[in-house]
Amino acid sequence: MDVEGEVPAAAAAAIANGLGGGEEASPAPFSAEQLDVEAYAAQYSGRTRLARLIFIADRCGVEAMQLEALRMAYDEIKRGEDVQLHRDVAVKINGRLGPRYGLDQAWVDTVARRAEQRKEKLENELNGYRTNLIKESIRMGYNDIGDFFYAHGQLSDAFKSYIRTRDYCTTSKHIVQMCMNVILVSIELGQFAHVTNYVSKAEQTPDSLDPIIVAKLRAAAGLANLETKKYKFAARKFVETGIELGNNYSEVIAPQDVAVYGALCALASFDRSDLKSKVIDNINFRNFLELVPEVRELVNDFYASRYGSCLGHLEKLKPNLLLDIHLHEHVETLYTDIRHKAIIQYTLPFISVDLNTMATAFKTSVSMLEKELAALITENKIQARIDSHNKILYARHADQRNTTFQRVLQTGNEFERDVKSMLLRANLLKHDYIQRTGPRKM
Amino acid sequence: MESLEALVAHIQGLSGSPEEVAHLHSLLKQADGDSLRSHAAALVPFLTHLSPEAHSLGYLYLLEACATSGANLGADFLVTVADFLTACSADQIRLAPDKFLNVCRVFKDQVMLLNTPIRGIAPLRAAVRKIQASPEQLTPVHAEYLLLCLLAKQYKAGLSVLEDDIFEVDQPKDLFLYCYYGGMIYIGLKKFPKASELLHNAVTAPMSSLNAIAVEAYKKYILVSLIQNGQVPSFPKYTSATAQRNMKNHAQIYVELSTCYGNGRYTDLETFVESNAAVFQSDNNLGLAKQVLSSMYKRNIQRLTQTYLTLSLEDIARSVQLDTPRDAEMHVLRMIEDGEIHATINQKDGMVSFHEDPEQYKSVEMVEHIDTSIQRLTALSKKLASIDENMACDPAYLLKGGITGDSTTTTSTPFHTSIFEMI
Repeated sequence: MDVEGEVPAAAAAAIANGLGGGEEASPAPFSAEQLDVEAYAAQYSGRTRLARLIFIADRCGVEAMQLEALRMAYDEIKRGEDVQLHRDVAVKINGRLGPRYGLDQAWVDTVARRAEQRKEKLENELNGYRTNLIKESIRMGYNDIGDFFYAHGQLSDAFKSYIRTRDYCTTSKHIVQMCMNVILVSIELGQFAHVTNYVSKAEQTPDSLDPIIVAKLRAAAGLANLETKKYKFAARKFVETGIELGNNYSEVIAPQDVAVYGALCALASFDRSDLKSKVIDNINFRNFLELVPEVRELVNDFYASRYGSCLGHLEKLKPNLLLDIHLHEHVETLYTDIRHKAIIQYTLPFISVDLNTMATAFKTSVSMLEKELAALITENKIQARIDSHNKILYARHADQRNTTFQRVLQTGNEFERDVKSMLLRANLLKHDYIQRTGPRKM
Repeated sequence: MESLEALVAHIQGLSGSPEEVAHLHSLLKQADGDSLRSHAAALVPFLTHLSPEAHSLGYLYLLEACATSGANLGADFLVTVADFLTACSADQIRLAPDKFLNVCRVFKDQVMLLNTPIRGIAPLRAAVRKIQASPEQLTPVHAEYLLLCLLAKQYKAGLSVLEDDIFEVDQPKDLFLYCYYGGMIYIGLKKFPKASELLHNAVTAPMSSLNAIAVEAYKKYILVSLIQNGQVPSFPKYTSATAQRNMKNHAQIYVELSTCYGNGRYTDLETFVESNAAVFQSDNNLGLAKQVLSSMYKRNIQRLTQTYLTLSLEDIARSVQLDTPRDAEMHVLRMIEDGEIHATINQKDGMVSFHEDPEQYKSVEMVEHIDTSIQRLTALSKKLASIDENMACDPAYLLKGGITGDSTTTTSTPFHTSIFEMI
């Protein structure tokens, strides 16, 4: 057996400390250089940019990076109208960025006052439309109120307003717009059940949709499946996402994210043939992969059985992925799944595997590998047994004939036992039955 | 009121043909009662005039009067009863089963009083066979017999009764006792699958209110299931609602034990058993609890055989949490001897090689075994079919079906569905 194991020394080192086992996703263990916060933030727009910046600040554990993220968030917020977020960020900065980045009470007051007036105006307008019963105007009115609440960070109110427009939608375009709004707010609220719901609603509209919208819906559905841990569905959705997505959906997701999420979910859940047909040979998805060469490399490595280098790439990506607002919770699970998949695939074609060679390929020690294999065998994911003495893994081919005999005898015994005790119970019930009904007849 | 002499004469005269015996039975019924009982002391000499085989019915009446009077029961009496039980005619005594059961019960009590349960085994075994209308019938003597077997530690003797399958039950209490004692006998013989089967029957038997026997049976059932399978199956859906609802509250410690077992850590289990030893002791289950403890090693070792071809004793000791490789060697050795795993130990380098099950299912014995299994099962399914047919024709069932629904074919009583669900 032979596996290419040319992995850069840096990757090897990363594996040594990362792949060994359950390293916890505690917020800290990485260097600040790896993530260029500014470039990262530039991929996004709208509230998700703020959310992501604040998330990074909370999780990264490196002060310079934290302050950088907070400073950008602060500037961004000042351009918007979310008072609450401004207060939160000011508290987080805690004066560390000098007086310019403190709580700006004057700004808060102006914005709040303006917001109050605007809200009143919008509500008055809406009431007017409602008395006049003009459907389109009511819809617009609700939409405006929804936009207003959204801009001010009152997400659940925004959600309600958007939902209300539903009754006043007259064309499929309106429905799609309503769905997109709801999806946007739901993602931010973390309510992914709504996302799936409204994605399917939007897809069911009779008119053919704009390719950009389709791509957006796919991405949103993928995200929802990812968050609900349905990695296989998530992978399918991401892989189907059209390249038209581009930077059009930057208020939710960047095309780079689609590549990373899709690739990781696919590696963790697709089998080999699916991986080839749906990911590697998928021209559409390849465009996404080109955006993140590292991920492309790792998918190809995985498919070409260069597991060492694949796992190396993964390990390099890990710190950044942990700072991703959507992926961070799933990184560990996905990584374990990918690793298990790799091990299973590695052993699959062989009758016997030398654990030493395999350990080198996976950049781990023989004893650690043995433990992992033992766990996988116990879970019945690998049909093999370990020769711990000679450090060889032997594939185990179940003897159909013997197992059938065994099962038949066992089933027979069970049947006999069950029927006997059933007859006994039946007789008991019969006895009881006679006893109770007997006197009544007399 | 006839004199005793006349009665004895009747007995001697009327013990021939079935008609005569029936006539005698009515005579005896008249004579029975306090009058006979008050003469109890005087009855014993008359017994010598009667033969237990030929005059079984009369003998039984007199014996029962003696036994229930509570007087003058000595060692001689035991011998008389024992002789009667082995010698009596089954046809005659079945005319008065109550009397017979009374005699058996007094006999059992006496034997236990004298602390010589072993003396009662042979006579009661004979008694079981005599009173049974068919080998499928459960009688109250069954439980008494099994109790004596348990007390005398003659577990093998109990098997002769246990190996017959029981279907006909008169009193539910008999069944509970039968299952409970039977389970204990199988536990004594370390035949855990059979034990769990019997205890399972006791636990799942229909019951409208909880009884102590079932609770004790459930406790033992948990322990036996852990020893046998490493887990306790949940209640099947045919278990009575009463049992499902209340059983666990009465066996809290045992339920906790099974949870603890499920966690798979030997030390936790050990401390749990130790800290609750008093409870297990008071339930007389401490021995079983300890067997549960050691079964955990076995289970873990068995799991290793699924994963490894060879493993050093040291690794075995480590992964099943034994202290030294020597302990591991002992455990593995014992399991190989008991046929629980297939392996060889290489003492030179301390390696154990696990093998696959060498059974190839082509030996003559195996074929015969399979053949008998098939025959047993076909017989069983025939029986099942005939019972089902009988039930479909049972007036009581049809009546009930007619009352609860419009047509008997579409509505089914819980009784009937229980059978269909099982199959």
